[in-house]
Amino acid sequence: MITPANDLLRLSPVSDSHVSLQLLGKWRQGSTLPDTGDIISGLTQFPRLEKISFDSSSLKSWDSILLITLTRLIETCEQKGVFVDRSGLPQGVKRLLMLASAVPEKKGTREKRRRPTFLAHVGEETLDFLKSAGEIISFLGESTIAVMKLFTGKARYRSSDLTLTIQECGVEALPIVSLISLLVGLILAFIGAIQLEMFGAEIYVADLVGIAMVRVMGSVMTGVIMAGRTGAAFAAQIGTMEVNEEIDALKTLGISPVEFLVLPRMLGMTIMMPMLCLYANLMGILGGLIVGVTMLDVNLVQYYLQTRNAVGINDLVIGIIQGVLFGILVALTGCLRGMQCGRSAAAVGNASTSAVVTGIVAIVVTTALVTIICSVIGV
Amino acid sequence: MKTTDHSSVAQIVVKNLTMAYDNYVIMQNLNFSVNPGDVFIIMGGSGCGKSTLLRHLIGLKAPFKGEIFYGNTSFWNVLPAERDRIMKQAGILYQSGALWSSMTLGQNVALPLEQYTNLKQKEIRELVAFKLSLVGLAGFEDFYPSEISGGMRKRAGLARAIAMDPKFLFFDEPSAGLDPLSARRLDELILELRESLGATIVVVTHDLDSIFMIGNNSVFLDAGTKTMSAMGHPRMLRQDSEYDDVRLFLRRGETKESRHR
Repeated sequence: MITPANDLLRLSPVSDSHVSLQLLGKWRQGSTLPDTGDIISGLTQFPRLEKISFDSSSLKSWDSILLITLTRLIETCEQKGVFVDRSGLPQGVKRLLMLASAVPEKKGTREKRRRPTFLAHVGEETLDFLKSAGEIISFLGESTIAVMKLFTGKARYRSSDLTLTIQECGVEALPIVSLISLLVGLILAFIGAIQLEMFGAEIYVADLVGIAMVRVMGSVMTGVIMAGRTGAAFAAQIGTMEVNEEIDALKTLGISPVEFLVLPRMLGMTIMMPMLCLYANLMGILGGLIVGVTMLDVNLVQYYLQTRNAVGINDLVIGIIQGVLFGILVALTGCLRGMQCGRSAAAVGNASTSAVVTGIVAIVVTTALVTIICSVIGV
Repeated sequence: MKTTDHSSVAQIVVKNLTMAYDNYVIMQNLNFSVNPGDVFIIMGGSGCGKSTLLRHLIGLKAPFKGEIFYGNTSFWNVLPAERDRIMKQAGILYQSGALWSSMTLGQNVALPLEQYTNLKQKEIRELVAFKLSLVGLAGFEDFYPSEISGGMRKRAGLARAIAMDPKFLFFDEPSAGLDPLSARRLDELILELRESLGATIVVVTHDLDSIFMIGNNSVFLDAGTKTMSAMGHPRMLRQDSEYDDVRLFLRRGETKESRHR
């Protein structure tokens, strides 16, 4: 008898060319199993090996662990031209092994999954990028057509969609817009106060907060909030409709999804954004006022008058125009990502993430552009 | 079969159609025609491109090569507006119903009517109630799609599909996800609609019971050879198709020998 590879397996030669493998004990997950490599090297002791068989009379229990060990063993043996006699295996094991080899591995299934080369990857990404750029352009075109149809009164959409959007990005956005703008006003005032106190010019906190809020921060913060709140919601709504074939159902009915779904959302956003911006401006100035009155010995009337003198009408107009632009951008990016959505649950998640990211990038880039244009034309 | 009162317009001809995603060909050289009054079955194994073929027929995906004719009109060589006009005569039941989830069942069925007819609100309401009662959903006007079961959603989808009394009806896997009884009822409904609306019906399915119960013409898509391998009445194909794959498919993998064993 040859040394047992493990207390679960014993190799016992029947003749020079025939070895019997005795399976012992419990072959289960968790028990220390003999290494397949060891078994194979154990078998190499028999140079004239032609046949192996199994003896499972002492095998107490088994699960898939036994099967994978056997599969590997059988594969190696068959490659070496050793005949494997399976008749000594338990009935269930025999049948499962048969079942696993019943449908041979499809050639090419594994190769297809192989990672493409770096160059191929770059090429594919470039093509994807071009394709998505094309999609964006055609989406913008369709949206423009939809807006033109709106002005000629031919656009087909449900007015209840419009009211719902107005409600969603109006009243329901107020709490979060209040909180964020108030805090931004407070923060601006705090930071300004530290610097201005050194010159004894605390009263100019009012100018700083007023101009910053009205001209830039009010619309930017509102835009970012709306991108995270409503833009993501648009993408998820439309993406789910895409998954659910609802968009297809619209198309086959001859209704343009851009007209029917994007237009009311864009319209609602464009109507509500300037109002939200105005409200955010007010809340920001209120935040500055709180800091001014409670910490800087500026009284209420002084602060009010200082703000009124500082903030000009062009600041307000620029802020509001920015707000309108952000509204359009957030609605468009949200809807665009929804329409581009793939047909799975994960795709809907990606669509809303991507809507927020694209929305915020668009907001920041637009702010930069508006600021540059304003400084060039000197307003 | 009632075919006499149809003009030759009510038929679909597919010529040399090749379907592809990007450059990956799914099916090629498809040639078949759907006759007026047919219940035409598109069958084949899972993932062979049945639903993709349907998407080509209803104008959602352009062919890679080849043409589709509705009557004498080459469906994909005309302006989108003309395609919309043809599709206005078609009702489609999607696999999951595809009801617009933000609208009630009543609004879902009413939308096509509001878009394309000059009916008054009251007439539309009556029509909607009638169509819903046809599919056994009388009184469900104010329910949202999320509030009803999958089978009911499918039936509501059917009510929407027949809202405009279509000439063509397309079904994508009508019996998928339904219990045997509901599936059978839906099949009966399909036959009933064929008779009463005089519609030409195209059904994508791999449900054998449905295939034999409703189909009188069919095409079999073979994923292996990437083309259609047989065409004709499903029962005939089961009897004596020259293709083993088709006979096996229609007999659920049973060969004659294994049935007699």
